[in-house]
Amino acid sequence: MRYLPLTSADRSEMLSVIGASSIDDLFADVPEAARLSGPVSGLPSHASELAVERHMTALARQNVVAGEVPFFLGCGAYRHHVPASVDHLIQRGEFLTAYTPYQPEIAQGTLQMLFEFQTQVARLLGTDVANASMYDGSTACWEAIGMARRITKRGKAILSSGLHPHYVSVARTMAKYTGDALETALPDLSAETDLDRLIAAIDDDTSCVVVQYPDILGRTADLTPLAEAAQAKKALLIAVVTEPVALGAIRSPGEMGADIVVGEGQSIGVGLQFGGPYVGLMGCKEKYIRQMPGRFCGETVDANGKRGFVLTLSTREQHIRREKATSNICTNSGLCALAFSIHMTLLGEKGLRGLAGINHAAAVAAADRLAAVPGVRLINESFFNEFTLDLGQEARPIVRALADRGILAGVSLGRLYPGADALANGLVVAVTETATEEDVERLASALEEILA
Amino acid sequence: MSINQSGWRPEMTAGDSRAPAPGFTGNKALMLEEPLIFEIGDGETTGVDLPAVARTGASRFGGLARTAPIGLAGLSEPETVRHYTRLSRQNYAIDLGLFPLGSCTMKHNPRLNEKMARLPGFADVHPLQPVDTVQGALGVINELAFWLIELTGMHGVAMSPKAGAHGELCGILCIKAALEKRGEGHRKVILVPESAHGTNPATAAFAGFTVEDIPATPDGRVDLAALEARLGPDIAAVMITNPNTCGLFERDLKAISDAVHAAGGYVYCDGANFNAIVGRVRPGDLGVDAMHINLHKTFSTPHGGGGPGSGPVVLSEALSPFAPLPYTARTRDGHVHLIEEERAEEFSAEHFDGRLDSFGRMTAFHGQMGMFTRALTYILSHGADGLRQVAEDAVLNANYVLRSLEDVLDAPFAGAGPCMHEALFSDANLAQGFSTLDIAKGLIDEGFHPMTVYFPLVVHGAMLVEPTETESKAALDQFIGALRSVAERAKAGDAALKSAPHFAPRARLDETLAARKPVLVWKDPAPQREAAE
Repeated sequence: MRYLPLTSADRSEMLSVIGASSIDDLFADVPEAARLSGPVSGLPSHASELAVERHMTALARQNVVAGEVPFFLGCGAYRHHVPASVDHLIQRGEFLTAYTPYQPEIAQGTLQMLFEFQTQVARLLGTDVANASMYDGSTACWEAIGMARRITKRGKAILSSGLHPHYVSVARTMAKYTGDALETALPDLSAETDLDRLIAAIDDDTSCVVVQYPDILGRTADLTPLAEAAQAKKALLIAVVTEPVALGAIRSPGEMGADIVVGEGQSIGVGLQFGGPYVGLMGCKEKYIRQMPGRFCGETVDANGKRGFVLTLSTREQHIRREKATSNICTNSGLCALAFSIHMTLLGEKGLRGLAGINHAAAVAAADRLAAVPGVRLINESFFNEFTLDLGQEARPIVRALADRGILAGVSLGRLYPGADALANGLVVAVTETATEEDVERLASALEEILA
Repeated sequence: MSINQSGWRPEMTAGDSRAPAPGFTGNKALMLEEPLIFEIGDGETTGVDLPAVARTGASRFGGLARTAPIGLAGLSEPETVRHYTRLSRQNYAIDLGLFPLGSCTMKHNPRLNEKMARLPGFADVHPLQPVDTVQGALGVINELAFWLIELTGMHGVAMSPKAGAHGELCGILCIKAALEKRGEGHRKVILVPESAHGTNPATAAFAGFTVEDIPATPDGRVDLAALEARLGPDIAAVMITNPNTCGLFERDLKAISDAVHAAGGYVYCDGANFNAIVGRVRPGDLGVDAMHINLHKTFSTPHGGGGPGSGPVVLSEALSPFAPLPYTARTRDGHVHLIEEERAEEFSAEHFDGRLDSFGRMTAFHGQMGMFTRALTYILSHGADGLRQVAEDAVLNANYVLRSLEDVLDAPFAGAGPCMHEALFSDANLAQGFSTLDIAKGLIDEGFHPMTVYFPLVVHGAMLVEPTETESKAALDQFIGALRSVAERAKAGDAALKSAPHFAPRARLDETLAARKPVLVWKDPAPQREAAE
């Protein structure tokens, strides 16, 4: 077995040092009835690299690869070009095969990177501080709701109808156990977001309002009035960003007054990967840092006065506080945070703004082309790189028909909101810099044929 | 006479023990200091060339264009590569040497796993693509699920949890859902041993349970009699780590499970230490109802400096119906189905006699797919025989370390018999004023990452050494020699150890300062300070 360096001679010699006559002696504490006498039956034996590669490649070939077809899916995961150096650098063994930086003297590489990541994230989200990452956007979102409960000591969260329905599901699952009351609603296929409904719903029991920006249908709305209304009632505004590239073009939620901003960082540096691993972003106002979940990296000095970095404020965390911790989270998403940070460093402010600009330009052109297809209506007045079309008939079968023609057209709202008839005709289309004009034209003409 | 007209000739100067004066850069040969990106980059520099796109019309941001500077710093590609390469060299890693962090299972990460995860058919696939276009991805999830079920002797598996602690939450929520279904939501107490990982009580408390300690016996295991005495109608579950965090197999686990089941509760097993028993013991045979498996431990997906992890949860027949959505299942026709909210009821009726009653969704998508491909690659490489050998070599290596050092370091449970995959030592017998921390920092100067320190909490100044199966005997011998030497210095009161590490990129860092005045983001230096200088 190529990954096991001990030889039979080593094993015998080591057993004699230990004073055991066989390996079975070392498993003496396992009760007889629970001991397996040989390998688990019915399973194959070890295999060569070549054989394993063949097997995995055959499985990989059964999937339609996003990069090989016209591709327009978004709704929480976005396809962007990732520079080659990102993947090269994250595969440096010193990053890839290191553990959580518990011994800071020999983990300054990871720690400095996390400090830089926190700074990049805070600036992007417009918050005072950011943590060293969460699992993904959806879990960061419910952690933020829990954080608002601890800060306000209230248990009612008002969720915007524009919040990703899977994020709502995650929050609903957790709320069942924490006892929070969640107010939710389904979105309307209209250009208007539900800001007015949210403002009207805030009362003295409200811990937070949760709003996605841009929202699930791609719409953007000024969050300032919502932040003011929430804060007037001593509730918090939580903003959720599932497409962080947007913040290279549109105002950050922090600038508009959000107290906590969470996000899915996947679209910068990470890649689609069928849904994971991704990287949750989480930032907040400085006054709330002691209620934040997850890890923080902080600046300090060493015994010689040199600047260095350590994990800090860990008295919030489970390994110190146990049942009184702010969260049970332990592992973060370090390597994905590194990929995010490297990609962001390569982009810089200029590159991010440029990337956001070409995303928007491509999306505007695509929206106009698709809206010109007979029977199709563009819902959005405002958007970044994702918008919703009303196809005038159920979108799910059309998405399948387009997939049969080798076009991955977008996400049907019927997939996201099963049973919601009013939404069934909706198709959410994301257009990033990876979609060519020819791709858009193929989608538009295929839609024309199918809808005719 | 030299043939080299420049006058150069090979020469070794005599050794000079005087330390040189600090140089211009602060660097020491290959040990290179690196500033923050915000100190070397700026808003105008970028390392990417963007494709040209013909702009069409006005923007449609709804009046929300971001006009104020964001404050991001950019670097060119060569500078970026150098920045991160320099940072990487300030890290210790498994690729550099033995990484004996107890309870963390830092084993070699095979590069085939990385290669497979990057196949475009896995890496470049969207989670919301039509299911017919992702049959291979769903196939990976299903094939891995099959192995995990077979290796643990359990009934089902929830694949979506993102990490070990997320998996714990999944298992506890399954237990809560099962209790509520039985009309026994009044069972509010979860028993957790003091030696447990901190995530155990944190998880139980999050889910609304009250946490109570289970006492341990003098030989470091759960006290069965005390546990039985505490069981009753208010007990929802016990959470037990097996092998436990003292590196010992819980001999009485089957008896514990039987007693807990008889009292109407469930058994959660923390599977962080599954590496010790994979292929030799199936937790299902010990009566476990739920156990998370850290794919980043036992199945070698890389730790990446603190994640991502992946924590599938294997479930007993009693708990399987409550598993979170989405899940995948293969039907008799060979087709792999993705079961989401809308199809759950129909699927349950068709294939599970209507028994499925999922507690909901834990994350937006299907779980850590990139980790699934790596773990499956690892599992197929080892096969059932190789995985059994993994457990045997992991346990052999740990016992070798234990017996090679028990004469110099106090090993509190060594007298009671063999350990499993990790060897536990304490700080007893060190010289006055010397601690476990000094030993850890001394090991750094010897070129090793320290073991886990001060955990488990049940042993004073604990040092938990988990060598894993991927270390050669030569590597173990070198580590044993280093730890022996450092321990002897700590026993002899060598003052130099108190200020170790001396040769790392940084000396001991001031963690109190970091926590008292948190600096969590970089701030541009104030302009008036520049003026004053």
